[in-house]
Amino acid sequence: MKRARIRWHILVFLAPAVTVYTAVMIFPLFNTLRLALYTRIEQERVFVGLENFRTLFFDPIWADQFWNALGNNFWFFTLHMLVQNPIGIALAALLSHPRLRFAALYRSAIFIPTILSFVIVGFAWKLILSPIWGIAPNMLDWVGLKSLYAPWLGREEYALTTLALVSVWQFVGIPMMLIYAALLSIPEEILEAGEVDGITGMAAFWKIKLPLILPVIGIISILTFVGNFNAFDLIYAAQGALAGPDFSTDILGTFMYRTFFGFQLQLGDPHMGSAIAGAMFAIILIGVCIYLFGIQTRMRRYQM
Amino acid sequence: MNKARSNPLNTVMMHGALILYTLIALFPVFVILINSFKDRRAIFREPLALPNDETFSMIGYQTVMKQGDFFLYFQNSMIVTVASLFFILLFGAMAAYALSEYRFRGNMLMGLYLALGIMIPIRIGTVAILEMMVATGLVNTLWALILVYTAQGLPLAVFILSEFMRQISDDLKNAGRIDGLSEYTIFLRLVLPLVRPAMATVAVFNMIPIWNDLWFPLILAPAEETKTLTLGSQVFIGQFVTDWNAVLSALSMAILPVLILYVIFSRQLIRGITSGAVK
Repeated sequence: MKRARIRWHILVFLAPAVTVYTAVMIFPLFNTLRLALYTRIEQERVFVGLENFRTLFFDPIWADQFWNALGNNFWFFTLHMLVQNPIGIALAALLSHPRLRFAALYRSAIFIPTILSFVIVGFAWKLILSPIWGIAPNMLDWVGLKSLYAPWLGREEYALTTLALVSVWQFVGIPMMLIYAALLSIPEEILEAGEVDGITGMAAFWKIKLPLILPVIGIISILTFVGNFNAFDLIYAAQGALAGPDFSTDILGTFMYRTFFGFQLQLGDPHMGSAIAGAMFAIILIGVCIYLFGIQTRMRRYQM
Repeated sequence: MNKARSNPLNTVMMHGALILYTLIALFPVFVILINSFKDRRAIFREPLALPNDETFSMIGYQTVMKQGDFFLYFQNSMIVTVASLFFILLFGAMAAYALSEYRFRGNMLMGLYLALGIMIPIRIGTVAILEMMVATGLVNTLWALILVYTAQGLPLAVFILSEFMRQISDDLKNAGRIDGLSEYTIFLRLVLPLVRPAMATVAVFNMIPIWNDLWFPLILAPAEETKTLTLGSQVFIGQFVTDWNAVLSALSMAILPVLILYVIFSRQLIRGITSGAVK
């Protein structure tokens, strides 16, 4: 038989997934990038090439907002990398200790914030930090630090950092779990071999375990990056679409939402919204490429 | 077990650190829950005290029940989550089976194409998705959300499920073929039952983000009758900012379903994460 018969069942198996995925994810993605090249002039869609991007990056009204949102987004990401991931690693290291009791209980409890929605988390912290309710100032008072209290979410200089820390509080469970799993998969013999050479306790962590889990830390970093650069919900829930005070908590997600839908007196502009989405796409793509080609391939892996 | 790795002082310090962090993790949830059962004065006077006979009050919950349609929101969230999970699992398993079982031209390419979506967030395409939903009349229906979440969940589902399906022995499937079973029957009767644990993992991974999402309900289905619980509580709280009883009760009512789901599925979730399904 020369002509291969068409195996219809393969087509039947693939068709639904490929159709939904292509129609609802891939096609809109490219369509959004295409829309970024148009603008609306008197109810007509007109092709303008890269004009929207020029406006976004250089037009004083837009550029200020864009660079502000981008800078804030980088600070948001930096705080996650500096606070969330080290705490996650530390917790995982404690939990993976071989003879720790109640490990399952701690693990489940610490993971609870991660399953809550941003709306709950945003409002709960807003209430707790609020000067009206007074939980935060009173608790600081107990430990004699009342002078440190400020309405953090209402101050331009603190608001973004506070929200980033709230987000860290919420998501610390994810690096904790992934690293916990990685630590458990380290064979006992390796640790015992280390003990024979006198490497125990903290030294064992720094010299044996940490190098072995570096690939997992790499994956967590890129997940954090992608997650942070399309974050939106927490800021929106806590500070609204205007990302107040005075746009100090504005990140790319809230900026795109505001531009796309409009707010107060400004009309929504799908084409500028698409341009911002295009910029976000480029940033995420660059991040993923740096990870895939710059970090992942160079990372030393050990056979276990 | 070696003695060098455990001494009593270390153990105490480890428990101390873990208990401290557990308190930090649970404190906000605890404060919201206890205060939702207190009257307004007690909420402000002693925010950290448990409700007692004098201060116990359900006034917040009464306001929430009267003003917000939380049962409808809950039902919408339930429909969207269950339907999305169903389609993710069904379509995902079918595609994963095709990719892992059959050799055909473009197999690798198709696998890569489907894997693209693991790293690229679907939110980037929001503008065009909304345009499409408006054009097809799906805007403000639950179908819009179900379609978006299905598309969002498929890439990872196909990836995880095909890894698992590669481990199923060929002998089993060939025995089925010799017995005259069709490819569809082999998939439904032999393969699906064997990958049930992996399907549970995929389901649990997708469940929480879908239930908690605010972005797509806000953009695609903000109408009163299609609000999900997440969006419904966001809007409700926004309107009742000054009514602390109502806000705290609404928050508690949004926390409880997730907490119950978590208690039921936490074993599955943690096993899923730690089994190395996502390396």
